[in-house]
Amino acid sequence: MENPYRPYPVRIDDIEIATEDKSLKTFKFVFLNKEDEEKFSYQAGQFAELSIPGIGEIPIGIASSPVEKGFVKFTVFKTGVVTSHLHNMQVGDIMGIRGPLGNWYPWETLENKNILIIGGGFAFTTLRSSIIYMLDPANRAKFKNIDVVYGARSPGMLLYRDELYEWEKRDDINMHITVDGTDDPNWNYHTGFVPQITEDFGPKADKDTYAIVCGPPIMIKFTQPVLEKLGYSDDQVIMSLENRMKCGIGMCGRCNIGKELVCKDGPVFTLKEINLTPKEY
Amino acid sequence: MKIIKIDKKEWEQGLDKSRKEYHLFGAVKDKDYYLIQALGDKVYPDMESSDTILSPKSVIFPQTEKMLTANLDEAQDNHHIMERVETDYSPRAVLGIKPYDAKAFKILQLNFDTEEFKDPYFCDAYAATTLVGLAVNNPGQFDFSTSVDTGPFDETDLDVLLIDTGNEYLAKVITDKGENFISKCGFDNQTDEKNALETISKLKKKAEKAIVSTVSHDKLNGKTILELYNAPFWDDIAFSCINCETCTYVCPTCWCFDIQDETKDKSCIRFRNWDTCMSRLFTEHASGHNPREGKTQRVRQRFMHKLKYFPDKYDQGLMCVGCGRCVKHCPVNIDIREICEQMNS
Repeated sequence: MENPYRPYPVRIDDIEIATEDKSLKTFKFVFLNKEDEEKFSYQAGQFAELSIPGIGEIPIGIASSPVEKGFVKFTVFKTGVVTSHLHNMQVGDIMGIRGPLGNWYPWETLENKNILIIGGGFAFTTLRSSIIYMLDPANRAKFKNIDVVYGARSPGMLLYRDELYEWEKRDDINMHITVDGTDDPNWNYHTGFVPQITEDFGPKADKDTYAIVCGPPIMIKFTQPVLEKLGYSDDQVIMSLENRMKCGIGMCGRCNIGKELVCKDGPVFTLKEINLTPKEY
Repeated sequence: MKIIKIDKKEWEQGLDKSRKEYHLFGAVKDKDYYLIQALGDKVYPDMESSDTILSPKSVIFPQTEKMLTANLDEAQDNHHIMERVETDYSPRAVLGIKPYDAKAFKILQLNFDTEEFKDPYFCDAYAATTLVGLAVNNPGQFDFSTSVDTGPFDETDLDVLLIDTGNEYLAKVITDKGENFISKCGFDNQTDEKNALETISKLKKKAEKAIVSTVSHDKLNGKTILELYNAPFWDDIAFSCINCETCTYVCPTCWCFDIQDETKDKSCIRFRNWDTCMSRLFTEHASGHNPREGKTQRVRQRFMHKLKYFPDKYDQGLMCVGCGRCVKHCPVNIDIREICEQMNS
């Protein structure tokens, strides 16, 4: 019997400071056993439990993409006991990863569709995974137009800046990068909140267009009416939820919204599905 | 169906024979209450006891359970690599378990033994356990088991059902596990099935008649989750709750747990503890945000889970076996039967 609580052992291969305030770091892990990497076969939108023996576990969205082989990446905000410990760990340290867990963005439904990705702050990790996946030469033809609205407080708080600016230069993805405000005179992108930029630059909905929304509650609250205005129906809006979790496999009982377990039945739900559940997230 | 007659005078002798193969568990008195505990040598279950204050859930799903361990000494090979702790899963038998408490294990199994994931700790312990039930001849005032698809003589989830007929037990041997246990005890006095079944049937009717407490839940299925969730009565129900969490710990079907790590010197253990949806911390995010911040939200979660979310998710009835422990032990008299009626009305 496979033990779903036993983490795969991994080594920290690289640590990168992800934001100017150093509150987020991106950790690159390699599996100690090659066969574990194969078992950890994932889809963009899934998460995993980062597991530090003696400290505990945290559920984090997978930031690397299924098309990136040989490693997995997670961008982690320093906020509690486990994340604070992780931020102090070093390249070469051994820890564990449990997963992949949860469902993923509905890639089969999204094929041959226009995709609008809306992200805010540090909830851009599984969206990065998704963009890398869609832009992969083997996959790009499966999708029509790709628009990305991504915003953070300031330029230095945007995740994956180098990649964002590279994508900006491409003609097969429309980037709408924005910050709440900046005093940088050389800032070449938008200034303004994500909902406004979405309203101004986001594609209007038709039956072949889906929006994937991931961000802080306040961003989601003000983006929902904008999407409605742009014509998106509730089943064309796809969201990824977060709740406190322990087991990650639907057993420990704390992450439910109604009868749905965010860790196992989610974290990805359509707005239509979410509207049928209590808003306990 | 094999029915064995056991003279009560031979009962303890039989149990002693079974100890070669089985760890025995049963009700023993602990201060003012009965608890299900591992029975040491020459300790026998109190078969006359009333309900145990805690259900037998801990025999298969312990209140604290070691899951994984790792060596933290970086000089050692395999440091920081977690492995399952070694646990004894040799055969065990729970003696005198109430039929509804046995049904509770089947409910727990729906959570722990799924198509996608199997909780190896629960599955191994459940597989190792033989459930030797005792029919409830005299149901207590809080027992409403017949309203929730079980009852005082329900043998569905048992390996053996004992029926107390005075000086003897009639043992209905239900499964192969039950057969093995009975034979290891050396109980082999097979009795005439027809007569025995008649006796059992009479006692069963009498016991079921003695249950006066009932609950209706026939209309719950026709109501939506949001309709019940947004019902006006939750603040009133939660008003008196002091969040003592007793209801969840005494419940045989509550399965929520927490996972924690502890270290000593250079080794660590990852273990789980029973947890409770009545606790504020249960759902608190690291950011401080809490989706079930208030008492009303937590009380509502408990009843919605048992009476609506679970039935909707599994289509296997309520997540309640009618044991009445939460009713009996609630310090402020919150009564799941009344709440179920309110939700059903």
